[in-house]
Amino acid sequence: MTQTSDESKNNPEVEAIPTEPSLLDLERFPNVRKSDFRAADGTPTFIVPAEEIVDVLRHLRDEGRFTMLEDVTAIDWYPREPRYQVVYNMIALEREKVIRIKVELSGENPTIPTVTNLWPGANWYEREVFDLFGIDFEGHPDMRRIEMPDDWDGHPLRKDYPITGKRRAAVPANWLRLEGRSGPPQTN
Amino acid sequence: MSGIYRQEDFFTNNAPVPGELQSLRSITPVGGVVTTSLDKAAGWARSSSLWPALFGLACCAIEMMATSGPRFDLARFGSEVFRASPRQADLMIVAGRVSAKMAPAVRQIYDQMPDPKWVIAMGACASCGGIFNNYAIVQGVDLVIPVDIYVAGCPPTPEALIEGINLLQQKIAAGAPSPRDPKEYAPEVVSDPNLGRVQK
Repeated sequence: MTQTSDESKNNPEVEAIPTEPSLLDLERFPNVRKSDFRAADGTPTFIVPAEEIVDVLRHLRDEGRFTMLEDVTAIDWYPREPRYQVVYNMIALEREKVIRIKVELSGENPTIPTVTNLWPGANWYEREVFDLFGIDFEGHPDMRRIEMPDDWDGHPLRKDYPITGKRRAAVPANWLRLEGRSGPPQTN
Repeated sequence: MSGIYRQEDFFTNNAPVPGELQSLRSITPVGGVVTTSLDKAAGWARSSSLWPALFGLACCAIEMMATSGPRFDLARFGSEVFRASPRQADLMIVAGRVSAKMAPAVRQIYDQMPDPKWVIAMGACASCGGIFNNYAIVQGVDLVIPVDIYVAGCPPTPEALIEGINLLQQKIAAGAPSPRDPKEYAPEVVSDPNLGRVQK
């Protein structure tokens, strides 16, 4: 998602990449729309409402033969609203096709239905998105942090999370050592 | 200083440093008796057989492996026996960045090592956080455990690590005191070195 819409208009090579809207039956899902952005790699991208995500992914898995859930990740567009996008990348191995599904979420505690019923392998991906972005997956069997310590404060990949954390100032490492380096403190 | 020592040398400024005691075997007139202080003998023994614990955390570990390999041959300095158990090690080479989640494990393994024990912070990340001044990386492992030697580099070359080990050997042989344990003067920092956990 490094391309903006203006760039894609001015770039004829990007414009020439087909997006293959036929990969997803838009008549069956009228609330699904194509993404305004055009990915540089040509992956067709669709934006799906949060309440339809399980139905759309089940349709893609069973009817579209997108059997492999390659990745579940998220983007924080702070301060834009809707702020979050949950991204599902899928591959149809037999047809050699890829597709990208996005769900837009907003609010301080965004929630989205889990897809672990469709792919058990989505379990850890969704835990990672919860850990780093604070997006809650409803119905997930084990909604715990996976990378940060269990008692960590905040979700670090949110854009409004301070780079050095909430309680430590962004200062050089030596400033943290009021006692001096290892060894007895200097007395003078 | 090298060569043959005579007994009166031990009472002058010509006394051998502990590493040179082997040459005393060739002394003929003394008759097989060596007198030295217990500290010097213990320091010589400890410095000559440092056993490091395996603690490779990041890319510095690659250089640490090369150091113990045949090309750089850490065995020349009696320190090649990397132990997988902290109970059998007396040197911890912290090779790489320490994350906030790894810090309690570092402290636990350090506590499990028997005394006397020493720590080398290998590389910029273990010494001061390096380029990772962020929420996830501890800004120097000396916030968690006492560090004897800091080896600079990103990552340090095997020669740099060998020099660090040699410096530590000199420090042990000279009987230099250990650095203060941060658990004594800053226990709250040891339990949460990057200040990211929920305050209770």
